Amino acid sequence: MTKLICIVCPKGCHLQVDVGDTIVVTGHACNRGVEYGKNELKNPVRVITSTVRIENAIYRRIPVKTASPIPKPLIRKAMLLLDKISLAAPVEVGQIVVEDICGTGIPFVASRSMERVEKAEG
Amino acid sequence: MDKYSIIIVGGGPAGLAAAYGAWKSEKFRESDKILIIERDKELGGILNQCIHNGFGLHYFKEELTGPEYAERFVRMLEDSPIEIMTDTMVLEITRESEGIKVCTIGKNVGYTNLYADTIVLSMGCRERTRGAIGISGTRPAGVFTAGTAQRYVNIEGYMPGRRVVVLGSGDIGLIMARRMTLEGAKVLACVELMPFSSGLTRNIVQCLHDYDIPLYLSHTITEIRGEKRVEQVVMSRVDENRRPIAGSEVVFDCDTLLLSVGLIPENELSKTANIELDMRTGGPVVSESMETSSSGIFACGNVLHVHDLVDFVSQEGERAGISAISYVHEISQGREKSDIFKLINGANVSYTVPQRMDMARISNNTTVFFRVNRVFAQSRISVTSGGVEIVSYKRTHMLPAEMERILLPKKILERANGDITISCTEETR
Repeated sequence: MTKLICIVCPKGCHLQVDVGDTIVVTGHACNRGVEYGKNELKNPVRVITSTVRIENAIYRRIPVKTASPIPKPLIRKAMLLLDKISLAAPVEVGQIVVEDICGTGIPFVASRSMERVEKAEG
Repeated sequence: MDKYSIIIVGGGPAGLAAAYGAWKSEKFRESDKILIIERDKELGGILNQCIHNGFGLHYFKEELTGPEYAERFVRMLEDSPIEIMTDTMVLEITRESEGIKVCTIGKNVGYTNLYADTIVLSMGCRERTRGAIGISGTRPAGVFTAGTAQRYVNIEGYMPGRRVVVLGSGDIGLIMARRMTLEGAKVLACVELMPFSSGLTRNIVQCLHDYDIPLYLSHTITEIRGEKRVEQVVMSRVDENRRPIAGSEVVFDCDTLLLSVGLIPENELSKTANIELDMRTGGPVVSESMETSSSGIFACGNVLHVHDLVDFVSQEGERAGISAISYVHEISQGREKSDIFKLINGANVSYTVPQRMDMARISNNTTVFFRVNRVFAQSRISVTSGGVEIVSYKRTHMLPAEMERILLPKKILERANGDITISCTEETR
Protein backbone atom coordinates (compact mmCIF):
# COMPACT_ATOMS: atom_id res chain seq x y z
CA MET A 1 0.00 0.00 0.00
CA THR A 2 1.28 3.45 -0.92
CA LYS A 3 0.07 6.69 0.61
CA LEU A 4 -0.02 9.68 -1.70
CA ILE A 5 -1.22 13.25 -1.64
CA CYS A 6 -3.13 14.00 -4.81
CA ILE A 7 -1.73 17.09 -6.55
CA VAL A 8 -4.40 17.42 -9.24
CA CYS A 9 -6.16 20.24 -7.41
CA PRO A 10 -5.57 22.34 -4.28
CA LYS A 11 -7.82 20.10 -2.21
CA GLY A 12 -4.91 17.67 -1.76
CA CYS A 13 -6.79 14.41 -1.11
CA HIS A 14 -4.97 11.75 0.92
CA LEU A 15 -4.92 8.73 -1.40
CA GLN A 16 -4.18 5.10 -0.68
CA VAL A 17 -3.01 3.05 -3.62
CA ASP A 18 -3.03 -0.75 -3.35
CA VAL A 19 -1.31 -2.79 -6.02
CA GLY A 20 -2.62 -6.30 -6.52
CA ASP A 21 -3.93 -7.81 -9.76
CA THR A 22 -5.24 -4.35 -10.43
CA ILE A 23 -4.34 -1.00 -8.90
CA VAL A 24 -7.00 0.18 -6.45
CA VAL A 25 -7.14 3.81 -5.37
CA THR A 26 -9.12 4.97 -2.34
CA GLY A 27 -9.43 8.28 -0.48
CA HIS A 28 -10.13 10.29 -3.63
CA ALA A 29 -12.87 12.90 -3.87
CA CYS A 30 -13.06 12.76 -7.67
CA ASN A 31 -12.05 10.49 -10.52
CA ARG A 32 -9.02 12.55 -11.41
CA GLY A 33 -7.59 11.32 -8.11
CA VAL A 34 -7.95 7.70 -9.29
CA GLU A 35 -6.10 8.48 -12.49
CA TYR A 36 -3.40 10.39 -10.60
CA GLY A 37 -2.93 7.56 -8.09
CA LYS A 38 -2.51 4.95 -10.83
CA ASN A 39 -0.21 7.12 -12.92
CA GLU A 40 1.91 8.10 -9.96
CA LEU A 41 2.92 4.46 -9.45
CA LYS A 42 3.21 3.45 -13.11
CA ASN A 43 4.39 6.56 -14.92
CA PRO A 44 4.43 9.78 -12.88
CA VAL A 45 3.96 12.90 -15.00
CA ARG A 46 4.18 16.64 -14.37
CA VAL A 47 3.43 19.87 -16.21
CA ILE A 48 6.68 21.83 -16.43
CA THR A 49 6.67 25.61 -16.58
CA SER A 50 9.65 27.83 -17.29
CA THR A 51 10.64 30.86 -19.40
CA VAL A 52 12.55 31.50 -22.61
CA ARG A 53 14.34 34.54 -23.97
CA ILE A 54 12.30 37.02 -26.03
CA GLU A 55 13.36 40.03 -28.09
CA ASN A 56 11.40 43.26 -28.69
CA ALA A 57 8.91 42.65 -25.90
CA ILE A 58 7.92 44.35 -22.66
CA TYR A 59 10.20 41.95 -20.73
CA ARG A 60 13.26 39.84 -21.59
CA ARG A 61 11.60 36.50 -20.74
CA ILE A 62 8.33 34.93 -21.79
CA PRO A 63 6.73 32.11 -19.79
CA VAL A 64 6.19 28.68 -21.38
CA LYS A 65 4.63 25.39 -20.27
CA THR A 66 4.39 21.83 -21.49
CA ALA A 67 1.07 21.53 -23.31
CA SER A 68 0.31 18.46 -21.20
CA PRO A 69 2.13 16.62 -18.40
CA ILE A 70 5.41 14.93 -19.35
CA PRO A 71 7.08 11.92 -17.66
CA LYS A 72 9.06 12.93 -14.58
CA PRO A 73 12.39 11.45 -15.74
CA LEU A 74 12.36 13.79 -18.76
CA ILE A 75 12.10 17.01 -16.77
CA ARG A 76 15.80 17.89 -16.81
CA LYS A 77 16.21 17.14 -20.51
CA ALA A 78 13.11 19.17 -21.28
CA MET A 79 14.52 22.15 -19.37
CA LEU A 80 17.76 22.00 -21.38
CA LEU A 81 15.80 22.29 -24.64
CA LEU A 82 14.65 25.75 -23.58
CA ASP A 83 18.14 27.19 -23.17
CA LYS A 84 18.61 27.38 -26.94
CA ILE A 85 15.31 29.10 -27.69
CA SER A 86 15.00 32.79 -28.44
CA LEU A 87 11.67 34.20 -29.57
CA ALA A 88 10.82 37.55 -31.09
CA ALA A 89 7.64 39.42 -30.21
CA PRO A 90 4.80 39.39 -31.11
CA VAL A 91 3.96 36.00 -29.59
CA GLU A 92 0.44 34.66 -29.04
CA VAL A 93 -0.55 32.60 -26.00
CA GLY A 94 -0.52 28.91 -26.99
CA GLN A 95 2.05 29.41 -29.75
CA ILE A 96 4.39 26.40 -30.07
CA VAL A 97 7.88 27.06 -28.71
CA VAL A 98 9.38 23.54 -28.89
CA GLU A 99 7.52 21.09 -31.16
CA ASP A 100 8.30 17.78 -29.53
CA ILE A 101 9.79 17.30 -26.07
CA CYS A 102 12.16 14.32 -26.24
CA GLY A 103 9.98 12.20 -28.54
CA THR A 104 6.85 12.48 -26.41
CA GLY A 105 5.00 14.43 -29.10
CA ILE A 106 4.19 17.01 -26.41
CA PRO A 107 5.17 20.61 -27.23
CA PHE A 108 6.24 23.52 -25.07
CA VAL A 109 3.83 26.44 -25.68
CA ALA A 110 3.92 30.11 -24.74
CA SER A 111 1.76 30.75 -21.67
CA ARG A 112 1.08 34.40 -22.42
CA SER A 113 0.94 36.79 -25.34
CA MET A 114 3.52 39.52 -25.74
CA GLU A 115 3.18 42.40 -28.17
CA ARG A 116 6.06 43.87 -30.05
CA VAL A 117 7.30 47.06 -28.43
CA GLU A 118 9.76 49.47 -29.97
CA LYS A 119 12.54 50.23 -27.54
CA ALA A 120 11.66 53.39 -25.70
CA GLU A 121 14.27 56.00 -24.97
CA GLY A 122 16.08 55.51 -21.66
CA MET B 1 -16.31 67.55 -13.54
CA ASP B 2 -15.37 64.06 -14.62
CA LYS B 3 -16.84 61.66 -12.09
CA TYR B 4 -16.57 57.89 -12.20
CA SER B 5 -19.19 55.47 -10.91
CA ILE B 6 -16.43 53.14 -9.70
CA ILE B 7 -12.69 53.59 -9.39
CA ILE B 8 -10.86 50.30 -8.87
CA VAL B 9 -7.48 50.64 -7.20
CA GLY B 10 -5.23 47.86 -8.46
CA GLY B 11 -5.48 45.83 -11.69
CA GLY B 12 -4.51 42.41 -10.37
CA PRO B 13 -6.93 39.46 -10.24
CA ALA B 14 -9.19 41.11 -7.64
CA GLY B 15 -9.48 44.42 -9.51
CA LEU B 16 -10.01 42.73 -12.88
CA ALA B 17 -12.79 40.57 -11.45
CA ALA B 18 -14.38 43.59 -9.75
CA ALA B 19 -14.46 45.43 -13.09
CA TYR B 20 -15.89 42.39 -14.83
CA GLY B 21 -18.48 41.79 -12.10
CA ALA B 22 -19.68 45.40 -12.21
CA TRP B 23 -19.84 45.52 -16.01
CA LYS B 24 -21.71 42.23 -16.36
CA SER B 25 -24.13 43.05 -13.54
CA GLU B 26 -27.77 43.65 -14.43
CA LYS B 27 -27.43 46.93 -12.55
CA PHE B 28 -24.83 48.25 -14.99
CA ARG B 29 -26.03 51.06 -17.29
CA GLU B 30 -24.31 52.54 -20.30
CA SER B 31 -23.81 55.83 -18.49
CA ASP B 32 -21.77 54.14 -15.75
CA LYS B 33 -18.08 54.90 -15.93
CA ILE B 34 -15.60 52.45 -14.47
CA LEU B 35 -11.85 53.02 -14.16
CA ILE B 36 -9.04 50.64 -13.16
CA ILE B 37 -5.86 52.29 -11.87
CA GLU B 38 -2.74 50.09 -11.99
CA ARG B 39 0.71 50.94 -10.67
CA ASP B 40 2.61 48.50 -12.94
CA LYS B 41 2.97 48.84 -16.70
CA GLU B 42 0.42 46.14 -17.44
CA LEU B 43 -2.64 44.53 -15.86
CA GLY B 44 -2.59 41.16 -14.12
CA GLY B 45 -0.67 41.92 -10.95
CA ILE B 46 1.36 39.18 -9.35
CA LEU B 47 -0.16 36.55 -11.68
CA ASN B 48 2.27 37.66 -14.37
CA GLN B 49 5.24 36.34 -12.40
CA CYS B 50 3.47 33.20 -11.15
CA ILE B 51 4.33 31.16 -14.24
CA HIS B 52 3.53 27.80 -12.57
CA ASN B 53 0.26 26.01 -13.25
CA GLY B 54 -2.58 25.24 -10.89
CA PHE B 55 -4.69 28.36 -11.30
CA GLY B 56 -8.29 28.43 -12.44
CA LEU B 57 -9.54 24.95 -11.52
CA HIS B 58 -12.53 26.44 -9.68
CA TYR B 59 -13.17 29.57 -11.72
CA PHE B 60 -12.43 28.43 -15.29
CA LYS B 61 -12.71 24.66 -14.62
CA GLU B 62 -9.30 24.10 -16.18
CA GLU B 63 -5.74 24.29 -15.05
CA LEU B 64 -3.91 27.44 -16.14
CA THR B 65 -0.64 29.19 -15.38
CA GLY B 66 -0.71 32.63 -13.73
CA PRO B 67 -0.07 34.61 -16.92
CA GLU B 68 -2.78 32.65 -18.77
CA TYR B 69 -5.25 33.33 -15.98
CA ALA B 70 -4.47 37.06 -16.11
CA GLU B 71 -4.73 37.15 -19.89
CA ARG B 72 -8.15 35.47 -19.81
CA PHE B 73 -9.47 38.20 -17.55
CA VAL B 74 -7.89 41.01 -19.55
CA ARG B 75 -9.52 39.58 -22.70
CA MET B 76 -12.88 39.27 -20.96
CA LEU B 77 -12.73 43.05 -20.49
CA GLU B 78 -11.58 43.79 -24.05
CA ASP B 79 -14.97 44.80 -25.43
CA SER B 80 -16.04 46.59 -22.29
CA PRO B 81 -16.23 50.35 -21.82
CA ILE B 82 -13.95 50.05 -18.77
CA GLU B 83 -11.12 52.61 -18.74
CA ILE B 84 -7.65 51.54 -17.72
CA MET B 85 -4.75 53.66 -16.48
CA THR B 86 -1.46 51.81 -16.11
CA ASP B 87 1.79 53.29 -14.78
CA THR B 88 -0.41 55.24 -12.37
CA MET B 89 -0.48 55.15 -8.61
CA VAL B 90 -3.08 56.24 -6.09
CA LEU B 91 -1.62 58.36 -3.29
CA GLU B 92 -4.65 59.10 -1.15
CA ILE B 93 -8.38 58.46 -0.92
CA THR B 94 -10.50 61.02 0.92
CA ARG B 95 -14.14 61.98 1.14
CA GLU B 96 -15.15 65.39 -0.25
CA SER B 97 -18.53 66.99 -0.86
CA GLU B 98 -18.19 66.18 -4.61
CA GLY B 99 -17.70 62.49 -3.92
CA ILE B 100 -14.80 60.27 -3.03
CA LYS B 101 -11.56 61.93 -4.10
CA VAL B 102 -8.78 59.75 -5.48
CA CYS B 103 -5.47 61.52 -5.66
CA THR B 104 -3.33 59.90 -8.36
CA ILE B 105 0.06 60.35 -9.93
CA GLY B 106 1.26 58.76 -13.15
CA LYS B 107 3.40 58.90 -16.23
CA ASN B 108 0.61 60.00 -18.53
CA VAL B 109 -1.73 61.88 -16.21
CA GLY B 110 0.76 63.68 -14.00
CA TYR B 111 -0.74 64.61 -10.64
CA THR B 112 -4.54 64.45 -10.89
CA ASN B 113 -7.55 64.31 -8.61
CA LEU B 114 -10.29 61.99 -9.77
CA TYR B 115 -13.75 61.65 -8.23
CA ALA B 116 -15.99 58.62 -7.85
CA ASP B 117 -19.26 57.47 -6.29
CA THR B 118 -17.65 54.24 -5.13
CA ILE B 119 -14.20 52.75 -4.74
CA VAL B 120 -13.05 49.15 -4.93
CA LEU B 121 -9.81 48.56 -3.04
CA SER B 122 -7.80 45.75 -4.65
CA MET B 123 -4.19 46.62 -3.90
CA GLY B 124 -3.08 43.13 -2.92
CA CYS B 125 -0.41 42.39 -0.37
CA ARG B 126 3.32 42.65 0.29
CA GLU B 127 5.84 40.15 1.60
CA ARG B 128 7.28 40.19 5.09
CA THR B 129 11.00 40.85 4.99
CA ARG B 130 14.10 40.02 7.00
CA GLY B 131 13.47 43.14 9.08
CA ALA B 132 10.00 41.91 10.03
CA ILE B 133 11.31 38.68 11.53
CA GLY B 134 14.63 40.04 12.86
CA ILE B 135 17.21 37.42 11.86
CA SER B 136 20.55 38.24 13.47
CA GLY B 137 23.90 38.29 11.69
CA THR B 138 25.60 40.35 9.02
CA ARG B 139 23.78 42.18 6.23
CA PRO B 140 25.21 40.77 3.01
CA ALA B 141 23.63 40.65 -0.46
CA GLY B 142 21.77 37.45 -1.23
CA VAL B 143 18.80 37.70 1.12
CA PHE B 144 15.61 38.00 -0.93
CA THR B 145 11.92 37.60 -0.34
CA ALA B 146 10.68 34.66 -2.39
CA GLY B 147 8.43 36.90 -4.51
CA THR B 148 11.30 39.21 -5.40
CA ALA B 149 13.38 36.23 -6.47
CA GLN B 150 10.38 35.03 -8.48
CA ARG B 151 10.23 38.33 -10.32
CA TYR B 152 13.99 38.25 -11.02
CA VAL B 153 13.88 34.70 -12.42
CA ASN B 154 10.57 34.71 -14.28
CA ILE B 155 10.30 38.25 -15.61
CA GLU B 156 13.69 39.96 -15.53
CA GLY B 157 15.66 36.80 -16.36
CA TYR B 158 18.27 36.92 -13.58
CA MET B 159 19.32 34.08 -11.26
CA PRO B 160 19.46 35.31 -7.66
CA GLY B 161 21.95 32.60 -6.58
CA ARG B 162 23.30 29.06 -6.92
CA ARG B 163 23.09 27.47 -3.46
CA VAL B 164 19.85 28.32 -1.76
CA VAL B 165 18.14 27.92 1.60
CA VAL B 166 14.45 28.80 1.86
CA LEU B 167 13.11 30.05 5.19
CA GLY B 168 9.37 29.57 5.56
CA SER B 169 7.18 27.07 3.77
CA GLY B 170 4.67 29.51 2.32
CA ASP B 171 3.48 28.64 -1.18
CA ILE B 172 5.76 31.14 -2.94
CA GLY B 173 8.77 29.73 -1.06
CA LEU B 174 7.90 26.19 -2.12
CA ILE B 175 7.25 27.22 -5.72
CA MET B 176 10.59 29.06 -5.79
CA ALA B 177 12.46 26.07 -4.31
CA ARG B 178 11.31 24.09 -7.36
CA ARG B 179 11.85 26.93 -9.79
CA MET B 180 15.44 27.56 -8.64
CA THR B 181 16.16 23.82 -8.84
CA LEU B 182 14.83 23.65 -12.41
CA GLU B 183 17.07 26.59 -13.33
CA GLY B 184 20.11 24.71 -12.05
CA ALA B 185 20.49 25.97 -8.48
CA LYS B 186 20.93 23.62 -5.53
CA VAL B 187 18.23 24.12 -2.90
CA LEU B 188 19.66 22.75 0.34
CA ALA B 189 16.68 23.03 2.63
CA CYS B 190 13.28 24.50 3.30
CA VAL B 191 13.08 25.57 6.94
CA GLU B 192 9.76 26.09 8.74
CA LEU B 193 9.33 27.52 12.24
CA MET B 194 5.95 25.88 12.88
CA PRO B 195 5.44 22.14 13.38
CA PHE B 196 3.35 22.14 10.17
CA SER B 197 3.86 23.62 6.73
CA SER B 198 2.23 26.93 5.90
CA GLY B 199 1.92 26.04 2.21
CA LEU B 200 -0.59 23.84 0.38
CA THR B 201 0.08 20.12 0.77
CA ARG B 202 0.21 19.63 -2.99
CA ASN B 203 3.08 22.11 -3.14
CA ILE B 204 5.04 20.17 -0.51
CA VAL B 205 4.65 17.13 -2.77
CA GLN B 206 5.32 18.62 -6.19
CA CYS B 207 7.91 21.24 -5.20
CA LEU B 208 9.90 19.58 -2.40
CA HIS B 209 9.39 15.79 -2.59
CA ASP B 210 9.73 15.71 -6.38
CA TYR B 211 13.17 17.31 -6.15
CA ASP B 212 14.35 15.69 -2.89
CA ILE B 213 14.49 19.00 -1.04
CA PRO B 214 14.37 18.37 2.72
CA LEU B 215 11.74 20.17 4.80
CA TYR B 216 12.75 20.95 8.39
CA LEU B 217 9.68 21.59 10.54
CA SER B 218 10.06 23.31 13.96
CA HIS B 219 13.34 24.87 12.78
CA THR B 220 14.40 28.41 11.99
CA ILE B 221 17.38 30.41 10.72
CA THR B 222 19.18 32.03 13.65
CA GLU B 223 22.13 33.66 11.92
CA ILE B 224 23.15 34.94 8.50
CA ARG B 225 26.90 35.00 7.83
CA GLY B 226 28.92 36.63 5.05
CA GLU B 227 30.63 39.90 4.24
CA LYS B 228 29.61 41.10 0.79
CA ARG B 229 27.50 38.07 -0.11
CA VAL B 230 25.72 35.44 2.00
CA GLU B 231 28.26 32.68 2.77
CA GLN B 232 26.47 30.63 5.40
CA VAL B 233 23.21 30.46 7.30
CA VAL B 234 22.74 28.78 10.66
CA MET B 235 19.63 26.69 11.30
CA SER B 236 18.42 25.82 14.81
CA ARG B 237 15.65 23.61 16.08
CA VAL B 238 12.97 25.42 18.13
CA ASP B 239 11.04 24.29 21.21
CA GLU B 240 7.26 24.30 21.59
CA ASN B 241 7.39 28.03 22.34
CA ARG B 242 9.24 28.57 19.05
CA ARG B 243 12.48 29.48 20.86
CA PRO B 244 15.75 28.22 19.33
CA ILE B 245 17.36 25.34 21.22
CA ALA B 246 21.05 25.92 21.99
CA GLY B 247 23.29 23.18 20.64
CA SER B 248 20.93 22.23 17.79
CA GLU B 249 22.68 24.44 15.20
CA VAL B 250 23.37 23.21 11.68
CA VAL B 251 25.40 25.36 9.26
CA PHE B 252 24.57 25.52 5.55
CA ASP B 253 27.11 26.81 3.03
CA CYS B 254 24.99 28.86 0.64
CA ASP B 255 24.96 32.13 -1.27
CA THR B 256 21.23 32.86 -1.09
CA LEU B 257 18.49 32.91 1.53
CA LEU B 258 14.91 33.18 0.29
CA LEU B 259 12.25 34.32 2.72
CA SER B 260 8.70 33.06 2.49
CA VAL B 261 7.57 34.20 5.89
CA GLY B 262 4.15 35.66 5.35
CA LEU B 263 2.20 38.26 3.45
CA ILE B 264 0.71 41.50 4.71
CA PRO B 265 -2.32 43.14 3.07
CA GLU B 266 -1.22 46.52 1.77
CA ASN B 267 -3.60 48.96 3.45
CA GLU B 268 -1.78 52.29 3.55
CA LEU B 269 -4.48 53.75 1.27
CA SER B 270 -7.28 52.26 3.34
CA LYS B 271 -5.84 54.11 6.33
CA THR B 272 -5.93 57.44 4.47
CA ALA B 273 -9.64 56.78 3.94
CA ASN B 274 -10.14 56.09 7.69
CA ILE B 275 -11.36 52.55 7.06
CA GLU B 276 -11.66 50.22 10.04
CA LEU B 277 -9.10 47.41 9.82
CA ASP B 278 -9.28 43.93 11.35
CA MET B 279 -6.14 43.12 13.37
CA ARG B 280 -6.51 39.43 12.57
CA THR B 281 -6.65 39.66 8.78
CA GLY B 282 -4.67 42.88 8.39
CA GLY B 283 -7.37 44.03 5.98
CA PRO B 284 -10.56 46.07 6.20
CA VAL B 285 -13.58 44.85 8.14
CA VAL B 286 -16.25 44.11 5.52
CA SER B 287 -19.87 43.09 5.25
CA GLU B 288 -20.99 40.20 3.03
CA SER B 289 -21.19 42.62 0.10
CA MET B 290 -17.47 43.43 0.62
CA GLU B 291 -18.33 46.94 1.80
CA THR B 292 -15.88 48.42 4.31
CA SER B 293 -16.76 50.57 7.32
CA SER B 294 -16.69 53.56 4.97
CA SER B 295 -19.93 53.57 3.00
CA GLY B 296 -19.38 53.13 -0.76
CA ILE B 297 -15.83 51.81 -0.39
CA PHE B 298 -15.45 48.09 -1.10
CA ALA B 299 -12.46 45.75 -0.78
CA CYS B 300 -11.52 42.38 -2.26
CA GLY B 301 -8.62 40.01 -2.79
CA ASN B 302 -5.38 39.96 -0.85
CA VAL B 303 -5.79 43.51 0.42
CA LEU B 304 -8.73 42.14 2.40
CA HIS B 305 -7.16 38.87 3.59
CA VAL B 306 -4.42 36.71 2.16
CA HIS B 307 -5.84 33.96 -0.06
CA ASP B 308 -4.28 30.65 -1.10
CA LEU B 309 -6.14 30.47 -4.40
CA VAL B 310 -6.69 33.13 -7.02
CA ASP B 311 -10.01 31.53 -7.97
CA PHE B 312 -11.51 32.74 -4.69
CA VAL B 313 -9.93 36.17 -5.19
CA SER B 314 -11.79 36.42 -8.50
CA GLN B 315 -15.03 35.33 -6.88
CA GLU B 316 -14.62 37.90 -4.13
CA GLY B 317 -13.66 40.58 -6.67
CA GLU B 318 -16.79 39.96 -8.71
CA ARG B 319 -18.88 40.23 -5.58
CA ALA B 320 -17.24 43.57 -4.71
CA GLY B 321 -17.80 44.86 -8.26
CA ILE B 322 -21.47 43.84 -8.29
CA SER B 323 -21.97 45.42 -4.86
CA ALA B 324 -20.29 48.65 -5.96
CA ILE B 325 -22.46 49.06 -9.07
CA SER B 326 -25.59 48.24 -7.05
CA TYR B 327 -24.56 50.87 -4.53
CA VAL B 328 -24.20 53.50 -7.26
CA HIS B 329 -27.84 53.05 -8.24
CA GLU B 330 -29.09 52.53 -4.69
CA ILE B 331 -27.81 55.86 -3.37
CA SER B 332 -29.68 57.77 -6.04
CA GLN B 333 -32.90 56.31 -4.59
CA GLY B 334 -31.88 56.49 -0.94
CA ARG B 335 -30.48 53.42 0.78
CA GLU B 336 -32.72 51.48 3.12
CA LYS B 337 -31.56 50.72 6.66
CA SER B 338 -30.76 47.16 7.62
CA ASP B 339 -29.85 44.97 10.58
CA ILE B 340 -26.13 44.36 10.87
CA PHE B 341 -25.12 41.08 12.55
CA LYS B 342 -21.51 40.45 13.51
CA LEU B 343 -19.70 37.24 12.60
CA ILE B 344 -17.85 36.09 15.70
CA ASN B 345 -14.80 33.82 15.73
CA GLY B 346 -15.70 30.85 17.92
CA ALA B 347 -13.48 27.99 19.08
CA ASN B 348 -10.42 27.37 16.89
CA VAL B 349 -11.34 29.96 14.27
CA SER B 350 -8.68 32.63 13.79
CA TYR B 351 -10.63 34.92 11.49
CA THR B 352 -13.65 35.17 9.23
CA VAL B 353 -14.32 37.25 6.13
CA PRO B 354 -16.81 38.88 6.00
CA GLN B 355 -16.86 40.07 9.59
CA ARG B 356 -20.49 41.18 9.45
CA MET B 357 -23.77 40.57 7.67
CA ASP B 358 -25.92 43.33 6.29
CA MET B 359 -29.14 41.34 6.60
CA ALA B 360 -31.25 43.28 4.07
CA ARG B 361 -28.61 42.83 1.37
CA ILE B 362 -27.62 39.17 1.70
CA SER B 363 -27.70 37.33 -1.61
CA ASN B 364 -29.01 33.81 -2.14
CA ASN B 365 -25.71 32.30 -1.09
CA THR B 366 -23.13 34.01 1.06
CA THR B 367 -19.59 32.65 1.06
CA VAL B 368 -17.80 32.91 4.37
CA PHE B 369 -14.03 32.38 4.35
CA PHE B 370 -12.17 31.48 7.52
CA ARG B 371 -9.01 29.92 8.84
CA VAL B 372 -8.57 27.44 11.68
CA ASN B 373 -5.77 27.87 14.22
CA ARG B 374 -4.49 24.28 14.28
CA VAL B 375 -4.46 21.02 12.33
CA PHE B 376 -7.74 19.09 12.41
CA ALA B 377 -8.64 15.52 11.46
CA GLN B 378 -12.36 14.57 11.24
CA SER B 379 -14.06 17.78 12.31
CA ARG B 380 -17.24 19.77 12.44
CA ILE B 381 -17.87 23.41 11.61
CA SER B 382 -20.74 24.81 13.61
CA VAL B 383 -22.64 28.02 12.87
CA THR B 384 -24.67 29.32 15.80
CA SER B 385 -26.78 32.36 16.60
CA GLY B 386 -28.24 33.15 20.00
CA GLY B 387 -26.86 29.86 21.33
CA VAL B 388 -28.73 27.82 18.72
CA GLU B 389 -26.97 25.96 15.92
CA ILE B 390 -28.41 27.08 12.59
CA VAL B 391 -26.25 24.84 10.42
CA SER B 392 -23.17 22.61 10.58
CA TYR B 393 -20.66 21.22 8.10
CA LYS B 394 -18.23 18.29 8.19
CA ARG B 395 -14.61 18.19 7.09
CA THR B 396 -12.21 15.25 6.92
CA HIS B 397 -9.23 17.48 7.63
CA MET B 398 -8.46 21.18 8.04
CA LEU B 399 -5.15 23.06 8.17
CA PRO B 400 -4.26 26.64 9.11
CA ALA B 401 -2.51 26.87 5.73
CA GLU B 402 -5.67 26.09 3.80
CA MET B 403 -8.46 28.61 3.83
CA GLU B 404 -11.84 27.06 4.53
CA ARG B 405 -15.08 28.30 3.09
CA ILE B 406 -18.70 27.61 3.75
CA LEU B 407 -21.68 28.62 1.67
CA LEU B 408 -24.54 29.99 3.75
CA PRO B 409 -27.87 29.94 1.91
CA LYS B 410 -30.16 32.90 2.55
CA LYS B 411 -32.82 30.62 4.06
CA ILE B 412 -30.38 29.47 6.73
CA LEU B 413 -29.01 32.93 7.45
CA GLU B 414 -32.54 34.19 8.00
CA ARG B 415 -32.73 31.87 11.03
CA ALA B 416 -30.10 34.02 12.75
CA ASN B 417 -31.59 36.36 15.34
CA GLY B 418 -28.42 38.21 16.20
CA ASP B 419 -24.66 37.85 15.98
CA ILE B 420 -23.43 34.66 14.30
CA THR B 421 -20.61 32.51 15.69
CA ILE B 422 -18.49 30.11 13.64
CA SER B 423 -16.55 27.47 15.53
CA CYS B 424 -14.72 24.21 14.81
CA THR B 425 -14.38 21.09 16.90
CA GLU B 426 -12.65 17.79 16.30
CA GLU B 427 -14.94 14.78 16.24
CA THR B 428 -13.88 11.81 18.30
CA ARG B 429 -14.75 8.50 16.73
